[in-house]
Amino acid sequence: MSLRRFVLKRLLITIPLLLGVSLATFAMVHFIPGDPIDFITLFTELDPETEAQIRAQYGLDKPVYAQYIDWVISAAQGDFGQSIISKRSVTSLIMARLPFTLLMGSMAFVIAVVTAIPTGVAAAYYRNTTVDQASRIFALVGIALPNFWLGLILILVFGSWLGLFPILPPTDSGLLSVDMIAYTLLPAIAIGTGSTALLMRLMRSSMVEELDKDYVKMARAKGLPERQVIGKHVLRNSLISVVTVAAIQVAFIISGSVVVEIVFAYPGIGRLLVNRVGNRDFPVIQALVLLIGVSVILANLFADVLYAYLDPRIRY
Amino acid sequence: MATRQNDTEPERGRIRIEGFDGEAVKDRQLESEWKPSLQSEEGKGRLYYAWRRFKRNRLALFGAAVIAFMTLLAVFARPIRVPGQVPVLAGQVVQPFALAPADPANQNVLTGHTPPTLENTFAWPPSGLHIFGTDWAGRDILSRIMYGGRWSLSIGFIAVAVALFIGVPLGAVAGYYGGYVDEAVMRIVDLLYAFPFIVLAIAVITILGRGYWELIFALVTTGWLAYARILRGEILSVKENEYVTAAKALGAKDRSVILRHILPNAMAPVIVQATLSVGTTVLAAAALGFIGLGLSPASAEWGVMLRVEDDSMARGRWWAGFFPGFAIFMFVLAINLVGDGVRDAFDPQGDTSGGEFR
Repeated sequence: MSLRRFVLKRLLITIPLLLGVSLATFAMVHFIPGDPIDFITLFTELDPETEAQIRAQYGLDKPVYAQYIDWVISAAQGDFGQSIISKRSVTSLIMARLPFTLLMGSMAFVIAVVTAIPTGVAAAYYRNTTVDQASRIFALVGIALPNFWLGLILILVFGSWLGLFPILPPTDSGLLSVDMIAYTLLPAIAIGTGSTALLMRLMRSSMVEELDKDYVKMARAKGLPERQVIGKHVLRNSLISVVTVAAIQVAFIISGSVVVEIVFAYPGIGRLLVNRVGNRDFPVIQALVLLIGVSVILANLFADVLYAYLDPRIRY
Repeated sequence: MATRQNDTEPERGRIRIEGFDGEAVKDRQLESEWKPSLQSEEGKGRLYYAWRRFKRNRLALFGAAVIAFMTLLAVFARPIRVPGQVPVLAGQVVQPFALAPADPANQNVLTGHTPPTLENTFAWPPSGLHIFGTDWAGRDILSRIMYGGRWSLSIGFIAVAVALFIGVPLGAVAGYYGGYVDEAVMRIVDLLYAFPFIVLAIAVITILGRGYWELIFALVTTGWLAYARILRGEILSVKENEYVTAAKALGAKDRSVILRHILPNAMAPVIVQATLSVGTTVLAAAALGFIGLGLSPASAEWGVMLRVEDDSMARGRWWAGFFPGFAIFMFVLAINLVGDGVRDAFDPQGDTSGGEFR
């Protein structure tokens, strides 16, 4: 199967999945016992006319499937209606916070990849030595560390004891200001550590496997310098599976950011989600859950295609 | 452990076998262990050999000891009485010991002692009197952590057990029968996998509200997916074995083929995953508690304890935030050690990297 056919087939699987995710997200509100209108009016008593008016405004007078179709169509156009709490457009609420989460998530991702690959390579190359043992211990600790606790400790050490970082985010100074990027470093480390540990071990095991293969012996036998053997031959082959798993880390990083944004009072979508769950602001919750679900699906799609592209033997 | 084969040149004329882990074979059941006996002996199953290998893994035993220790501390922290709703036995003491140095809810443990500083009237740093210090409301942190283990640990074990009861049958049926059943189950799994762990749990809690069983339900919703997916994949390969065909040819019912022939040979990866997910579940429960969507602030669940102290770290009251988190960390670390040990015990040749993480 050519790569193009593989991508097309993979896309075809993705479409029903996207529909399913949108359906599940939409159905979420309808699983809750009670009339959806109560969450809009916050359980205030209404005269029938006002109630009918609100029902019409939110489309609640239509049958459920029509509501779903309306919701999906406007969602696809980026319109998620109005927030119940703040009466602002949901899209503008999210767009105001999304860049911050993207900044934090991408920093966490970069930190994880940049630290995991060299350390994983070192652990594999010096396998069963102190270096390998140290990386193993780091991985055990990194995977078991609760990211929010790590965040609290980073605040304690760097914010409170050393005074190197402000304790509250410098939101006023804008997204790409030096202050904001410096502040984002701590939450990014708190999120990235788990991914680092995981990717490092994966890098190690995949490289250990490659090192034992014949082409490595061949490269050494023909007298290539060790640098080239590792850098040009082994590394490239062992990176394939790591790159794929790295793309899947998107879900892990989103999970992490939801919790770590609370620790650092970070103005991102994770904190928005948690706050709105407390307020039962359903349009915002639905929009965020859908956004996250769709991004994870797209990240997985990207990972599969990337894997197939990097390793032409892989076709499902 | 695999030796580095690139270092030494093989001797001339000798057959060198690669990709072969000598250590692993030592652990295997050897034919020479068989000894003739007149009584028919029950064959020693894989569990016996897995347990024998597990016993020799020091790190895993250390993990198991930590888990046992923390569980005992949680159980014996305070006396347990039969709850009031139960007729006749209500109020009876089931467990009389109280290892916790103070009542975890008592806010007056400091009465009669002078505070070390004026600004910290309630929250005292660790001292001989309270070795983990006291929290913002003047409660003994050590006692709260011991008592709080009852929430954190029970949530972890119960949620994993329930998730197994859902994921294993669904995965087994999907893998064995294939076809529409398989499609239906796996599409649900794919769908729910599109949401990260925490986000799916948050969505469930949004629907159900907060509470102990609501939290467990949320964790089960996310937890069963892994078991169903792993078991299905495993069964797809196990069911191709000749002994399955033989059992079917002998007229065994589907149920007995699945339960007696397939499941025992397909469960190992599920057991490993289940062990590891006790840790991730406790972690997730604590994370939900920390963001205020888990248990109520009155409980001493470890994540909740961190939540009520989230500004303590910024104010330099390190003990209030350090110890509850350290308890979570130690428990998850211990579970991961045991999980790795279980993996090695079932599959001595396998790789020893981390578990499946999302």
